[in-house]
This record gives sequence, C-alpha cells and structure tokens, in this order.
Amino acid sequence: MEIKNVKKAVNKKPLGKKLWDSKTLIIMCLPAILFFIVFFYCPMPGAYIAFTNFNYKQGIFGSDFVGLDNFKFLLNSGSLWMLTRNTILYNLAFIVLGNVLQIIVAILLNEVKNNVFKKISQTIMFLPYFISAVLVGLLAFNILNYEFGFLTTIIQKLGGEPFSVYQTPKAWPVIIVLAQLWQQTGYGSIVYFAAICGIDQEMIEAAQVDGANVFAKIRYIILPSLKPTIIILFLFAIGGIMKGNFGLFYNLVGSSNATLWPYTDIVETYVYRTLMNNFNFPSASAVGLYQSLFGFVVVMFSNGIVRRIDKDYALF
Amino acid sequence: MKIKQDKFTTILHIFAYLLIGGFAISCLVPFLLMISASFSNETMINQTGIGLLPKGFTIAAYELIFKVPKMILGSYVVTIVMTVFGTVIGLFLIAMTGYCLQRRDFPFRNVISFFIYFTTLFSAGLAPTYLWITKYLHLKGSYLAVFLQLLMTPWLIVLMKNFAKSVPFEITESGKIDGAGDFKIFTALILPMLKPALATIGLFLALGYWNEWYNSMLYLSSSSSIKYYPLQYYLYRIITQAAALKNSLAGSNVNPGTIPTQSLKMATAVIATGPIILLYPFVQKYFISGITIGAVKG
Repeated sequence: MEIKNVKKAVNKKPLGKKLWDSKTLIIMCLPAILFFIVFFYCPMPGAYIAFTNFNYKQGIFGSDFVGLDNFKFLLNSGSLWMLTRNTILYNLAFIVLGNVLQIIVAILLNEVKNNVFKKISQTIMFLPYFISAVLVGLLAFNILNYEFGFLTTIIQKLGGEPFSVYQTPKAWPVIIVLAQLWQQTGYGSIVYFAAICGIDQEMIEAAQVDGANVFAKIRYIILPSLKPTIIILFLFAIGGIMKGNFGLFYNLVGSSNATLWPYTDIVETYVYRTLMNNFNFPSASAVGLYQSLFGFVVVMFSNGIVRRIDKDYALF
Repeated sequence: MKIKQDKFTTILHIFAYLLIGGFAISCLVPFLLMISASFSNETMINQTGIGLLPKGFTIAAYELIFKVPKMILGSYVVTIVMTVFGTVIGLFLIAMTGYCLQRRDFPFRNVISFFIYFTTLFSAGLAPTYLWITKYLHLKGSYLAVFLQLLMTPWLIVLMKNFAKSVPFEITESGKIDGAGDFKIFTALILPMLKPALATIGLFLALGYWNEWYNSMLYLSSSSSIKYYPLQYYLYRIITQAAALKNSLAGSNVNPGTIPTQSLKMATAVIATGPIILLYPFVQKYFISGITIGAVKG
C-alpha cells in the first residue's frame, strides 16, 4: 500500500519539477531531438506541395491550392496503380523468397560440420552486404550487358543466341529479385542461424536417440522453434511493403532506360525522376505523400498483429 | 551413446555442402569478374567478353589511374574525413541518446523515443525534404548536406538503447550516490561498458559513410563548388558519365581514342571497394551482433 502511494506521488510530480529534475538528461537528448526536427519534422509541412501547383518562385505556401488534382492526375494516368503494384510485388518477392532462402541457408549451414568450410563460406556469403549499391549495379552490368557481359559468353558457349538484357523488360523482375537475394541472404540468414544455435542441443539428441532422422529433426524441432522469429520478421517486413530500396533499382536499371520502367519502376525511382529530371514538385510530393500514408496504415496494421502475438516485440 | 548416421543424414550433408558452397561461389564470382576485367586488355574485353581470368593480362588501367591520381585521391580524402568524423560524432550522440532513453528514472524517455521513432513511420517524402534542404537550409553544394544526414538513424538509436539496457541500473545509481551528474555518469561509467555496442554501431555508421552516394547525387552533383566527390559517388560518375571518365584522366596526356574505358571503370571500382573487402572479414562479428540484437525492431 505504501509503495503504491510513493509511486503515485512520483507520477504526480508537477511537470515543471519533472523537467527540472531531468534537465541534464533532456540536454543530453537535445542533439538527437534537434537532428530529427531539422531533417525529418521540418520538411513535413512541405507535404502540402502535393495539393498545390507549386512553383519555385512563389514558394510552398504562395503557390495555388489545387485540391486533389495532382492525385487525380496520377490516378488517371495509371502511374499510381503501376507503382503500387510494382512496389508491393517486388517487396512480397523479396520477403517470401528472401526468408525462405535465408532459412534454408541457416538450416544447411547448421548441418555443415567442417568448421573451416563453415567459416569461410559464411564470410563469403556476407561479402555482398558490405558493398555500395553503385558497385552492385556495376557487377550486374558486367554479367548482363550484351557487348562483353559474362552471360553473353556463357550463352554463346552453350550454343544459344545471346540477347540484349537491357532491352528485355520481362527479364527484370527476375534480375532485380536475384540481385536482392544475392546481396541480403548471407546477412539475413544470421538471425535464423543464431536462433538455430540457441535450440537446446539435448532436445535434438534426445530426438535422435529416439530414432528421428535428419528430416524429422528439421521438421519437428528446428522449424517449430524458428516459428516465432519467422512470424515476427515477416510481419515487420510487411510493415515496410511500400518502401523500396532506391539504390538497388536505380543502379541496376540505370537512370534513363525507359523501356524497362513499366517493369522496374517503384515509388522511389518514380519520385526521384519526377523531381530531379522533370522538376515536377507537385507530382513527386503527391506520390511521396501517398506512399507515406499507405505505409503508415500498413505498419499500424502489422504492428497491431505483432502486439497481439507478443507485446514485447511490438514497436509501440 | 553414439548416434548412428543414417543415409538421409549423409544425403542432406552432401546437399548442404553443395548448396552452401554453390551459393558462396555465386557471391564471389561477380567480384572475380570485376577484378579480372580490371586486369584485362581492352580490345580483348570487347572482342571476347570478360572472363573469370584476365584476358591479355595488363596493369594499364591501374597505371593510368596512378599516373594522374588526383581525382581519386581527393575522393578518398573526402570519404575518409567524412567517415572518421561522422562515425566519432554520430557514435557519441547515439550512445548518449540511447543511454538516456532507457533510463527508467527519466520520465520523458517514452515521449522522446516515440518522437524519434515516428520519423520511420511517416516522412515528408523526397520532394519536400529536397526543397527544405536546398531552398531553406541552403545546403546544396555543401558537404554538410551529406555529412549531417548520415549522422544518426532511429534504428541505430534503438539498437544502442537495447545494448544500454544490459548495463545494470545499479551502476547509474552508484554514480548518483557518489554525487556525479548524469553526463559525468555517462562518460565515466557507462561509455566504457558500452564498448561492444560502440564497435557494432560505429561500424554500421562507418559503412554508411563509406558507401554513401545517394545524398551526394542529390545535393552535390550539379554544384560547381564541389571538386571532389565522396568515393562511391565518384565511382558512379565514372561508370555512368563518359565526361567524368575523361575528366579523371586530365593531365595524363592519354589519347582520348585509346582510353581503356571498361578496364578503367573496373580498376576504379576495385580501388574504391578494396578497403572494405580487405577489412570486413575482421569486423563482421560486430555486424552479426548488430543484427542478432536489433534485428526485429529494424
């Protein structure tokens, strides 16, 4: 009873007193608070551009208000639908195939008993994570380009007819997904590998003594114990389904290869081009705002589900 | 009791070695192609394509770069200065914030945490941000536009918060009893205990600075005041703009018609990426602890 009262008394401290008591801690947080105000909160009112026919001279709030015209234009031109579809489909492919591959790699890595082999292959699989998107673009170009690419050489050696990949839009969903898997699998599999290493070894040995073979071990011990990790990671990934990896798409496709855009454009690349090549602030802002709002709803939704499953994992 | 290996286990083990080995090789091949192309003869690249081994081995591309190394050295200096200062300053601020935000006697920890975290849930988008930074902050053509924006991320602050939680609260309390202020407690008692966290988060920051090209493209590209670009953006220009490639060789007296374009691009890429490839095997364990501790709330 007494402890409760003390707690209540602390909570009831007036705001001014609370502020004064924690002034040092507040000051210590100030640089970070300022950073996020300057680079993230200050630009937010600028989202109003999406409802104007913005021109640079008149500034954000001097330009004419046009209501939802920018959104209507994007909707009628089909851009909004195309971008939404591409962004979501690419992310779904990344999430599903990425996690499946990461789990497979983690399980198989756990079966590798030779420690030297394990260490070396793990290190090599980790390598692509460390390079810039620019280099990913160059490495892909080395393989894919028609003139001197490695793919052309291989197709010729196999007696086939090389083709110009950079003129073949339909090839690109596969290429982009492969590039993403190539760069992220080694890194992503670490979470699952760590989870597998955390499984009680006695349980596995007991199962083996009882005659469980290796598939039974994976099916009935490893996969079930990965389930919470899988579900949580999946839900968080779904929360980011409207966000795209600009660097990967931009560097793989190139800045001006318009033939590929129907298959390769995601929100980020479209916004960048609309802004930096066409200087169309209203359209770029409208798509950006649409993405932010859409993304916000999805995160809220997925976080709500995580919260129901396990409150400790919820973001907020 | 010894457990007998059945034939399924043997099959799966063979499969494991094949698949893991195969995937590791596929991770390596693109790098081998790049390195081999950088040592290849330009005419042979154009005639027969690049291969896993150099064709007509030559170091001509590297010779050309080191004959007039001014541009790439300038980029190296820009990137190294940004990486060093950005990592040190960013790390200190992130550690300080992360420590405060997990202190249970700090009544505003949740408000501030949410204030920071909210920026990942909703953002203004590229166009308003670009306008704000160029028109109102006047940072176009300033290294600061690149340097400042990479200083911290909500994810790294959350990660630091999680690390700092593992430091017992009693340490903070003992500092208080000794009469130390919060800042003193942080620098003298907490910071030394956060060493593994500092290594992990510092390396994430450093990697971010080293691989930076995006903000450079947005804020530095069309500015005449910038002579030396951050390394990865310099590489981007060399790869995508013939003029940038030619410009990098200014003063070398090389005949524009005989520039070994492809091998020169590859050699530039090798030089720009080399340090990372050489260093990462020694520091990868810190990245691993980053993902295992902070994976979920990324």
